[in-house]
Amino acid sequence: MADSLGVGLATGAYGVSFGAIAVTSGFSVWQTCALSLLVFTGASQFALVGVVAAGGAPLSGAVTALMLGSRNTLYGLKVASLLRLGGTRRLVAAQLLIDESTAMALKPADRRDAPLGFFTTGAAVFVLWNVATAVGALAGDVIGDPAAYGLDAAVPAAFLALVWPQLTGLNARMTAVAAAALALVLVPVTRPGVPVIAAAGVAMLSGALAARRSGTADEPSGTGVAS
Amino acid sequence: MWTAVLVTALGCYLLKLAGLSVPETVLDRPVVRRIADLIPVALLGALVAVQALSTGQDLTVDARLAGVGAGLVALLLKAPFLVVVAVAAVTTALLRLATG
Repeated sequence: MADSLGVGLATGAYGVSFGAIAVTSGFSVWQTCALSLLVFTGASQFALVGVVAAGGAPLSGAVTALMLGSRNTLYGLKVASLLRLGGTRRLVAAQLLIDESTAMALKPADRRDAPLGFFTTGAAVFVLWNVATAVGALAGDVIGDPAAYGLDAAVPAAFLALVWPQLTGLNARMTAVAAAALALVLVPVTRPGVPVIAAAGVAMLSGALAARRSGTADEPSGTGVAS
Repeated sequence: MWTAVLVTALGCYLLKLAGLSVPETVLDRPVVRRIADLIPVALLGALVAVQALSTGQDLTVDARLAGVGAGLVALLLKAPFLVVVAVAAVTTALLRLATG
């Protein structure tokens, strides 16, 4: 229960900031609300908005958002067998498949409780996230310059807090640092949005090298739980 | 802009649906698993750097870096997610107010 309350509060505050930042970055209130309703995965939404705010082409923002969204594919692989989905339920579950609902589906000791945890958490976060986004978007219209409130620093700080729990091993840390360095080197010489997309190449190289080094032995790696 | 919104929406939904529909054995290949685990790490790392240290195509050092640095300290002190974000925003805002 304390967990649900914590998740709810975090979702609400995060959603309000998303709404405000999206609107102040040049998205209309409708576009902002459409993002939360249809995309419904926080890090991808922030990535799209962040790239556009930095002057990048909206479509390169979309590519970055999709690459971050691939995380949810992995969550799907993990929870599919627990949820035993068919037909319409699978189509609904797909939209609710995010960090929080995955965490709640994987948590119960009794596998039969997994679907309940997944759907209640997913639905609750969906409602809160969308209400909060709308509030933030409408507020963003009146608050004016986001820089005065430090909101432009809040977004990279949020990404830092999201990646933090995943920096569990040397390999992950080196990947993050190398990706950041490559992106900064590319900033002056490429169009905005490209540096972040190029950073995915670091993950591929680093992942391929790590897999070759360790053969089939697999170290467990952290899966951050926050949207 | 609407195109980007809809492309992101459709793409993200299909990525989620694919996860629920593809057999779990895809993850048996260590290369796929490693890369899949590292992609968010690399993208988030790059996003932090770009959004803290650049404006358009220029590398810039301003109050945002101090804010993210303060957020980092909060993370080292094991602060929860929202505190980290709030610390970063407040630090940056105060610094701008002070240096106006």
